[in-house]
Amino acid sequence: MLAAIGSLSVLGLILGAVLGLASRYLRVEGNPLTAQALALLPGSQCGQCGFVGCGQAAEALTAGTAPPTVCPPGGRAVAEALASLLGKTVDLAGVAEKAPTVAHINENLCVGCTKCFKRCPTDAIMGANNMIHSVFADACIGCEKCFEVCPTECIEMRPIAATLQTWFWPNPATVTA
Amino acid sequence: MKLFKIRGGVHPEDRKHLAANQAIEDLPLAPLLHVPLQQHIGNPATPAVRRGQRVAKGELIGAAQGPMSAPVHAPTSGRIMGIGSFPAHHASGLSVRTITLQPDGEDRWLEGLEGVPDPFALTPEDVAARVAAAGIVGMGGATFPSAVKLNLRTKYSLHTLVINGAECEPYLTCDDRLMREHAAGVLDGARIMAHALGVSRIIIGIENNKPQAQDAMTGVAAPYPEIRVAHLPMRFPMGSEKHLVQTLTGLETPARGLTADIGIVVHNPATAFAVHQALRQGRPLVARLVTVSGAAINRPRNLRVPLGTPVQHLIDHCGGFREDPAKLVSGGPMMGQPLPSTRVPIVKGSNGVLALTATEINAGPSSPCIRCGSCVDACPCGLLPLNMAAHARAGDLEGTVRLGLMDCIGCGSCSFVCPSHIPLVQFFNYAKGEMAARGRAKQKQTETRRLVEGRAERMEAIQRAKREAMAARKRDTAKPAAAAEA
Repeated sequence: MLAAIGSLSVLGLILGAVLGLASRYLRVEGNPLTAQALALLPGSQCGQCGFVGCGQAAEALTAGTAPPTVCPPGGRAVAEALASLLGKTVDLAGVAEKAPTVAHINENLCVGCTKCFKRCPTDAIMGANNMIHSVFADACIGCEKCFEVCPTECIEMRPIAATLQTWFWPNPATVTA
Repeated sequence: MKLFKIRGGVHPEDRKHLAANQAIEDLPLAPLLHVPLQQHIGNPATPAVRRGQRVAKGELIGAAQGPMSAPVHAPTSGRIMGIGSFPAHHASGLSVRTITLQPDGEDRWLEGLEGVPDPFALTPEDVAARVAAAGIVGMGGATFPSAVKLNLRTKYSLHTLVINGAECEPYLTCDDRLMREHAAGVLDGARIMAHALGVSRIIIGIENNKPQAQDAMTGVAAPYPEIRVAHLPMRFPMGSEKHLVQTLTGLETPARGLTADIGIVVHNPATAFAVHQALRQGRPLVARLVTVSGAAINRPRNLRVPLGTPVQHLIDHCGGFREDPAKLVSGGPMMGQPLPSTRVPIVKGSNGVLALTATEINAGPSSPCIRCGSCVDACPCGLLPLNMAAHARAGDLEGTVRLGLMDCIGCGSCSFVCPSHIPLVQFFNYAKGEMAARGRAKQKQTETRRLVEGRAERMEAIQRAKREAMAARKRDTAKPAAAAEA
């Protein structure tokens, strides 16, 4: 009786110690793909994908619950990079349709409440109390966070207009088809 | 002079006879000039005038922004009508910021414009600064700010200046006429540029279909043993600077490199002439030579056009259209771009306006590739256009890049020879644009990450400072209380 209790206790202690050591030295720090996917995402935590931030989106991507086209501000380039990372084929038709936008502040309506620039994840809005705010279009990622909070609805999301520097010829295959 | 062979190339019918024998004419002033602030590669100029202001010919109306830019000057004297958006001289039909000038008809030069008596006494930096201030850009069509190119000596060890008088595009004759009629000016400009570059050897390359230009340049270059005129064989794209340099020296420019990597800088004769005028007379670049040609034009001409003149004004001066043109092209027929309308102004890079008839453009419906390999033989860069286009068509742009898309000069020789009328070069133009767009997206992404991290750090610092302040306040309030108790 005593021998049985003793041997089982010793066995339990030894196996517990082994498991304890194994959990310490053989630990896998999450899915390595998640870290790589996270590196590809913009990292602005804008939440347009429906997840709380880029980390959660990266986890969903590697778990297979989110498609590679999950990131709207990343656009085509990010979708393609994610697809090649995850070894998935991706239908880019839907990505190209949604033109990227940037916020624009209607200066006649802005009351200088500073709500928008506190929300901006990329510091793309300049302003101060009771001063008209303004958007740096180059830094804006079109996440619409400011758009949602503006009390006077003076922010509009405008599509990014092509310039002579960014315009290029369309694909001849789609033009003739 | 010993010449070397280049690979590929095509022999389009040159059709230069249409305009080659027309002496340069001054185009009368248009009722309104639309001078775009972006006529060059780099940052657009910023307006330096107000609406309603009177300006003299050659007065600065747009100031350069940063080193990679070029100023814009008033092409004639008159009144500034406005600064706004106007259709650009560009295939996209997009608008750019443009200054509209109403000429007063006096064509009065700005007072105080004076040249340098001896440009060779100036330091190379001074010459480059004067070239920059005159708004001179590469006038072969690339519109790269010339002063930036003249400053290449600081980064590369240079030995030769090549003047690119090949003018290998069919129809275009404006460089030909310039070299015939202003040979001395072109040569002087070339010598000033060589001085600025710190090189002594100058080679002027001219194709054999321009014997008069060759003779004129040889004549004026006779007193200078270090200047040679090379008689180039007729072949497109001889005027591509990398291929021209290879023909003249046998040296191949490294892939995606500059000709400066092998010690050579290439400039256009029109640029040389503009440098001559800027240094000798102090005159900025306010006009350029334009060939108006094509079978649909009544009277093909070589015109000296004030910048900003609407294309329609040139066409009217040339007697209008003989028949409705099937295509309006800016530049040559091989590499030129279609013009969206005739309202657009002439800019620093426009060397030709061609109105082509249906028989001239030889368009046909595109049929499948028969893998004849004609495009491979024609490609001057040694690429496989048929395979590159197949990848681009399938949407595999990385595959196209692997096959050498970035080495493609977009000369259009492949499309020219293709018996199936496959839009090969159009595929490459699209692929290059799409790759550039992806590069910009990637750049924006890294920039976004930097901004987000910066903001997170700042927020963290603010929080920390608040906590510390709070702790300090607590200590301060606790201390007097303890002191009072004791």
